[in-house]
Amino acid sequence: MLRVAVVVFPGSNCDADTLDAARAAGSDPYYVWHRDTDLRQADAVILPGGFSYGDYLRSGAIARFSPIMPAVAEHARAGGPLLGICNGFQILCEAGLLPGALMRNARLRFLSRPVRVRVDATDTPWTRLYEPGETLVLPVAHGDGRYVADARTAAELEAEGRVVLRYRGDNPNGSTHEIAGVCNAGRTVVGIMPHPERRNAPELGGTDGARVFLSLEAGHATQHAGGVRALGGHHAGL
Amino acid sequence: MPAFRVEVRVMPRAALLDPQGQAVSHALHALGFADVGDVRVGKHLVLRLEAPTRDDATARARAMCDRLLANPVTEDYELLVEAA
Repeated sequence: MLRVAVVVFPGSNCDADTLDAARAAGSDPYYVWHRDTDLRQADAVILPGGFSYGDYLRSGAIARFSPIMPAVAEHARAGGPLLGICNGFQILCEAGLLPGALMRNARLRFLSRPVRVRVDATDTPWTRLYEPGETLVLPVAHGDGRYVADARTAAELEAEGRVVLRYRGDNPNGSTHEIAGVCNAGRTVVGIMPHPERRNAPELGGTDGARVFLSLEAGHATQHAGGVRALGGHHAGL
Repeated sequence: MPAFRVEVRVMPRAALLDPQGQAVSHALHALGFADVGDVRVGKHLVLRLEAPTRDDATARARAMCDRLLANPVTEDYELLVEAA
């Protein structure tokens, strides 16, 4: 059972769903207020979705300087699993922990609907239970979701297999290379625009997002219990 | 210490799609301003700061842009610094 810190910024609004999803996956999650400075108890850290600081200036631009962020960067530097969902992804890009940036959707509309995404990288702590190339249906809810990176960075992400999720069917926001999620070079820091915490139970319309949180525990089980037996148990809990 | 008025103009990088600019351009055309070509929408920030010299004020403002006011991945900025 991993200790998962869910960082709460002023304007976060997916923190409770994210905490629930981590708990449902067998983790021991807890909230960390953005003014805290300590993440030493955390095995993994999640920056949840929302509208930190009202998206003023740019989405994530001000949250990126919150007192907790040096600890988040240190956690990432030490190779700790770190996930940014939606606004959390925007914050990680603003902080330079992931490459690129998220800009206003190409057709300007705020999008809140399910989209199809393909899992292109399964060698991250957050996606290891997915099949490579598996297509998921997950909701997006964002106004600033157009992933932008210069040509060199985009080519590097492709060459290194660091595109974690990619939109399928249509490209809802005009993202470069249909990118819906990326990871860092060490593959432990992942940012995604869709909301897996909103699809982790049949009652929520699907379970495609559950394995994001189960993956974390599965990796832990593999490393510390020497097998995938615990993993099967978590699946049964779904 | 002297005070300076700093204007910061932040624009989306020229190579990037600017959907806000496109929407404004379409709206202007709809209003009959057929002579309007490309439109781009950026941000204009005005701040007041104290510094020993104009060069110091410019250096401070540049540091603010590099760290917070502009995103180096997507935006360019220009500064106008004058005595307040």
